[in-house]
Amino acid sequence: MGHAYTPGLKVTDRTVISKERILPLKGDVMVKVGDKVSPDTVVARTLLPGSVEPINVANKLGIPPEDIEMVMKKKVGDPIEEGEEIALVTTLFIFKNRCHATCKGTIESISSITGQVLQRGEPSPVEVKAYLEGEVTEVIPEEGVVVTCDAAFVQGIFGIGGESFGTIKIATPDNQTVLSDDLIDDSLKDHVVVGGSLVTAEALKKAIQVGARGIVVGGFDDKDLRGFLGYDIGVAITGSEDIGLTLVVTEGFGQIDMARKTYDLLKQHEGEMACINGATQIRAGVIRPELVIPRSVSTERDSQTAQEISGLTIGSPVRVIRHPHFGRLGNVTDLPSPLQVLESESKARVLEVKFENGDKAIVPRANVEMIEG
Amino acid sequence: MARFDNPEDIKVIVATDCGSTTTKAILIEYHNGEYRLMHRGEAPTTVEAPFEDVTMGVLNAVGELEELSGRTLLGKDNRFISPSNGDTGTDVYISTSSAGGGLQMMVAGVVRSMTAESAERAALGAGAIVMDVIASNDKRLPHQQIERIRHLRPDMILLSGGIDGGTRTHVVEIAELVSAADPRPRLGSSYKLPIIYAGNVDARKNVEETLSDKVDLRMVDNLRPILERENLAPAREEIHELFMEHVMAQAPGYKKLMSWTDAPIMPTPGAVGLIIKTIADQYNIEAVGVDIGGATTDVFSVFRPDGSTGEFNRTVSANLGMSYSVSNVFAEATLPMVMRWVPFIMDERDLRNRVKNKMIRPTTIPQSLEELVFEQAIAKEALRLAFVQHKSFATVLKGVQQQRTIADAFEQSASGQTIVNMMSLDMLIGSGGVLSHAPRRQQAALMLIDGFMPEGITRLAVDSIFMMPQLGVLTEVQAKAATEVFEKDCLIHLGCCVAPSGTAKKPGTVMKYRIDLPTGTVSGTLNHLEMKLFPLGLDENGLPLKAKAVLEPERSYDLGAGKGNTVNCELHGGVVGIILDGRERPFNLSTLTEKERVNNLKNWMNELNIYSGIDKL
Repeated sequence: MGHAYTPGLKVTDRTVISKERILPLKGDVMVKVGDKVSPDTVVARTLLPGSVEPINVANKLGIPPEDIEMVMKKKVGDPIEEGEEIALVTTLFIFKNRCHATCKGTIESISSITGQVLQRGEPSPVEVKAYLEGEVTEVIPEEGVVVTCDAAFVQGIFGIGGESFGTIKIATPDNQTVLSDDLIDDSLKDHVVVGGSLVTAEALKKAIQVGARGIVVGGFDDKDLRGFLGYDIGVAITGSEDIGLTLVVTEGFGQIDMARKTYDLLKQHEGEMACINGATQIRAGVIRPELVIPRSVSTERDSQTAQEISGLTIGSPVRVIRHPHFGRLGNVTDLPSPLQVLESESKARVLEVKFENGDKAIVPRANVEMIEG
Repeated sequence: MARFDNPEDIKVIVATDCGSTTTKAILIEYHNGEYRLMHRGEAPTTVEAPFEDVTMGVLNAVGELEELSGRTLLGKDNRFISPSNGDTGTDVYISTSSAGGGLQMMVAGVVRSMTAESAERAALGAGAIVMDVIASNDKRLPHQQIERIRHLRPDMILLSGGIDGGTRTHVVEIAELVSAADPRPRLGSSYKLPIIYAGNVDARKNVEETLSDKVDLRMVDNLRPILERENLAPAREEIHELFMEHVMAQAPGYKKLMSWTDAPIMPTPGAVGLIIKTIADQYNIEAVGVDIGGATTDVFSVFRPDGSTGEFNRTVSANLGMSYSVSNVFAEATLPMVMRWVPFIMDERDLRNRVKNKMIRPTTIPQSLEELVFEQAIAKEALRLAFVQHKSFATVLKGVQQQRTIADAFEQSASGQTIVNMMSLDMLIGSGGVLSHAPRRQQAALMLIDGFMPEGITRLAVDSIFMMPQLGVLTEVQAKAATEVFEKDCLIHLGCCVAPSGTAKKPGTVMKYRIDLPTGTVSGTLNHLEMKLFPLGLDENGLPLKAKAVLEPERSYDLGAGKGNTVNCELHGGVVGIILDGRERPFNLSTLTEKERVNNLKNWMNELNIYSGIDKL
């Protein structure tokens, strides 16, 4: 096997971000290549087929299913209004039994086996927005577009909440301070708020109250997350939570200083507009939460990709991602190749890391990730 | 590839398993009258971008085999050389696959606990992940069922319902729901979604009228032709056929791979099930196999409720695993249940954060002893929960009327009772990283015992390098090779667990024992809440040594011969040995004080030599 290390999260001041904005079903693309778009520009829209509502007409009218065709007043494909009579049976010439449509739409099917009529409701419109501020660089006919922008880019490790955007505001004096509720006030309305090592549950609640759009912070307590959502996240697939803002955690669970590089980058862009997305999926086809800060001036693509490919080398900046040194940052000082026996008696390839305070430790290579960018 | 009329002529075998992250290749050769595993190679799977061709990963893994063995397996055209000749080529090449998300199915039936459950059993047995089970009585409204079907995007649907000659209405109603949802296949939109109909034969025409325009409809024999009998084989065969035809054919590079193999490519879990069933049938034993992965835990079992026919069952606990799903294990099991296996105190807030950090960084490994103990405690709960699910699924057929006599008056078993019988279980086989790669084999043994709580006498083993999938598909080509390699190279025999079942009002002595070990006879008493370990290893072929034993349980306890009855038997050894477990069944720690619990845990761990330095934590 190749290098045993976990590729890190990307934090960079200059890169090119492209996002596919695709409809769930085929539809109309509203923009063309070269168009400038902002996060809330609608780039594509379509109509989703309405929901299906079955109604057992034979049962309702007390007739055998095979007689259903005789009593139906509507045929397959006919439009219907809610409450409209769709079937009628007359008994003894005067008694009439009626069956009424339960939704507006069309008749989808009539079954003489089951006596069931399927009604298809009205289609509902679906729109896809640009999410980024940038330019349309590709149109995928009937499906959507690719929006591209030059941007500063921060990948988080875990997030909740979907796509949003707002102006960046730094709320803590440094990357170590806890973002507590006393640091949240009305001035943060519509902002993406940057905190230090942890956001407290109270601060998160207050941020929602004042109308902040998002929070970017080093850590968050799982116990608070559970209290906040009302349930325990069992598998890391998020993004659809409707909590009133988007949260992006950059380091992990618990109180962990935000990487200085990340904090400094965000501070440098304070006052600028950022697009934020908390969607996370930690399985095949990994999705990480992110913060994209579109830049008006076109830049060259960041040339640091070479470092990503080369893997761990002496001097590589790393973050330890498991106890006992969880969250600590440092640089690789040695990469011994033989397997070593850990305290747990597992055998693993290890590395030596020198932390920011000068301490050194031996850590399994699987337990570090590179700080990329 | 070369064709062999006589399987005995097969001397060299290459088998691969294309997993979602790694492609594993094994080389088996026939030497001195027996088939043995010679080498193993692996390489990253290449199904996803930028490679998008599964055969690249296969060639890389086989390339590693070539390097290790010195045997030239591939020709200049990168095709297998066949048949074998000296140090060149292979006689057979076979493969399994779970890459690209495996086989994902939706099943539907009329009654949830009857035809729908039979359909679920057929799909799981074929190696599928069952995304949802739709039934007329699943408590969802029809429009909700339609929405669900529409959103799922399975690889195929298995539709069943009704006994032959019974009412047609309900099953046609389900077909109408499927038709209304107009489901789309997961991979690509260039082909119609395959639907297998295995319901009431009288409703075939109506189902065809309802569905044939929209989907690729296949008809097979009813999987529940009468209420009292399941007939799952035709549905399973069709699932495998469609898996090859549709799912595999859509995945990148599989058309090429299919042209290389000498037997159809099988879904990985289907192949594991096959080898476990083959072994259980060959030795006429009852066996349970478990594969605990990062995201899911599969449990396979063969039990013989009627004393002869082996009933095979498989369940997949989709959200019980050791990395991606670790947080879910914690949530389902609850904190106290996990912590009951940990002999020291940990802060709850810190623990919760550690679990979530493992979830978001799934590839990390425990560095400290404390982390290892905690991780193995979670594994015990994941195994327990997965087995609870398995027990409730592996049942006698539900909805079947039972004739009872006066003799049954005091012992009436309900319809749908589980067929899992821990007392008659002969062998428990574990696989998956946390079991196979535990730093000490004793840890794997204790995880299996604590997770499954075997009763009576049960052999324990782990799959050394997870080659059960390859051996499963090999049973289709050369069953002798598969079983020989399984016994000698695949399994690491841990030993056996002797656990008297039952509880006593006044706990004291649980059992007296006398075991004739090669080093001399040992005898003594096993007390309540006591565990003992006696080393009894392996012979030169890697097979377990055996020791004669006389086991005399006290009158409240049973070892399979009835309460208080003596058992004369042969105990199997292994790399761990014979474990005597006096912790009673059902196992209950709740009567102990916190201090007693911690002391007992430490005693068990020290007696079984589970960890070094546990007393210091």
